[in-house]
Amino acid sequence: MALSSSTTPASQNTLTVITAPAIQGRRLPRLSLKITIGLVLLGIFVLMAIIGPIVAPYDPSAIGPDVLAAPSAAHLLGTTNNGQDVLSELLVGSRATIVVAFVAGALATVLSVIFGVTSGYLAGSARGELLNMLSNIVLVLPLFPLLVVLTAFLPNASAWIVAVVIALVGWAWGARVLRATTLALRNQDFVQAARAVGERTWRIILFEILPNEIAVVAASFLFTLIAAIILYTGLIFLGLGNTNEWSWGLILYWAQNEEALTVGAWWWFIPASACTALLGCSIGLIGFGIDEFINPRLRAAGLSRKELRTMSMNQGLTPVYRDGARS
Amino acid sequence: MTFLARRIGLYLVTAWAAITINFFIPRMMPGNPAEIVFSRLSANGIVTPAMYKALVVAFGLNTHSSLLAQYGQYWVQLFHGNLGTSITYYPTSVASVIATALPWTLALVGVATILSFVIGTTIGTVAGWRRGGWLETLLPTTTFLQAMPYFCLGLVLVEYLGVKLNWFPVNGGYAQGDVIGFNGAFLASAAYHAFLPGLTIVVTSMAAWIVGMRNMTVTTLGQDYVLVAQAKGLSRRRVMITYAARNAILPSFSSFVVALSLVVTGSVLVEYAFSYPGIGYVLFQAVDNEDYPLMQAVFLIITLSVLVANLLADFAYVLLDPRARQEA
Repeated sequence: MALSSSTTPASQNTLTVITAPAIQGRRLPRLSLKITIGLVLLGIFVLMAIIGPIVAPYDPSAIGPDVLAAPSAAHLLGTTNNGQDVLSELLVGSRATIVVAFVAGALATVLSVIFGVTSGYLAGSARGELLNMLSNIVLVLPLFPLLVVLTAFLPNASAWIVAVVIALVGWAWGARVLRATTLALRNQDFVQAARAVGERTWRIILFEILPNEIAVVAASFLFTLIAAIILYTGLIFLGLGNTNEWSWGLILYWAQNEEALTVGAWWWFIPASACTALLGCSIGLIGFGIDEFINPRLRAAGLSRKELRTMSMNQGLTPVYRDGARS
Repeated sequence: MTFLARRIGLYLVTAWAAITINFFIPRMMPGNPAEIVFSRLSANGIVTPAMYKALVVAFGLNTHSSLLAQYGQYWVQLFHGNLGTSITYYPTSVASVIATALPWTLALVGVATILSFVIGTTIGTVAGWRRGGWLETLLPTTTFLQAMPYFCLGLVLVEYLGVKLNWFPVNGGYAQGDVIGFNGAFLASAAYHAFLPGLTIVVTSMAAWIVGMRNMTVTTLGQDYVLVAQAKGLSRRRVMITYAARNAILPSFSSFVVALSLVVTGSVLVEYAFSYPGIGYVLFQAVDNEDYPLMQAVFLIITLSVLVANLLADFAYVLLDPRARQEA
């Protein structure tokens, strides 16, 4: 959704670049620094979600004697006003946050592929235009308020339901980008050849068009992940959804309700905020990397300042360095 | 003008969809929100026949008429501006609660959106123009700001700039004792109170503009007309602004709807964090009190405002892009 305007231009301009690697060979490019850092960070968070609840030193809901204690050896990230261990809350809460993000992201991506690619391929026909109009409507509806109203009618909705609701309202942006990409792809020779041979529509979409759009699908998946994290955390922060299930949003909800910052308990508030931002940042970095892969002109890493300056100022054509030579 | 006509058509259909969703949500959901609303209203005081009628229409309470007839009645009520009675602000009508809150949000979010767009686009242009400059190396940090929960930044600002340093007021839209009106003193007070919430929205929503504009500028710089402009010996500034930026900015307008969604999400949460007397705060109050009529009306109003904002962006797009004007 919102976070993803960065991929819009790429998808509009660089179809030749997208199709080339898929056709020429299976050689994967070397990972850029951004992707590496992003993947490592994301890996740490996923690991945290898997083993976090097991290694958490305390029961996050258990009330302890140390009230509002600053970080110490016993409580590495201090305690809340009920003596609950913030580190344990953070570790246990990581699972819900990450599961919601991935479930919502995956579902929304499936929906955006169905709507975007199909409406792009069938553009001009009644079915195609109908699908396109549907995604335009969902795109224009304000996401967060709609989510708030829907969840408010589902009191104590579990994280799974919230994830499904996020996916149901959040797929439209990806659909729009995929539609634009498909529109440019559908008249390429290999698609026309498949059509001439008499392949079925769903087969052309799945096996001819989609493989050439993998990078765009991946970029839209990543940005849906960030959106889902922000929306889920925001919802729980407002006190919607299930407020018995630990997540980073719930830590912030209690911190806000008990005025953590006013009493100076920064350790209650900062870790969950920082983790949310870092998780989003790691995904964003991978997204940047993918953008640069789709549209090599965007690449800046690895080139010296002087080279870049020469590149953009004195030559109209931006040289694209082969992978391996630089970066 | 077909471009604008098509867009207006889309927005009308969207408005209809939002209103219809609003009609169906309370009827589709498990549980019985109508009962909750009715008992809450009765607990507050006498339910007048007019209120009861609005409730019946909005939630399908105790009604034997068909769904279609209910839908018709719902539209009639809507056109009369009768959105029901708020539980939170009993016995004020939902319409007047919203009328009080809306100007605050429109001013705050409107100014914040424009500032965020202008600042973000400018930074993005410069970052794309000066490849390899320090601005460009800072790009990844914008993701951090963007992914940071809006209210976190808001609450940290409240604590340090508001409470610790006492530079800015930490809640409300104006000082206590101010008389609301269009005079210099009141507007100054309102602007002073809007500074921190506005800053939060601008900082968190700016990143989308920066990244989009930077990527488009980089892509545009590879075009032949930019090369020709440089070859003609035009000044760098002129090439940057009237050749590169002018073309690179177009996708920013067509993805305006996407960035606006970010601003709206941010502003709801930010208004809550700052207890700002706008629509977002009202939405929170409604959620907190299970005030379904108010919640739904707020959703409708936000949707309609978003549609109008998008329409304005489309007008700007038509002004900037001759192709959209000629397309017939």
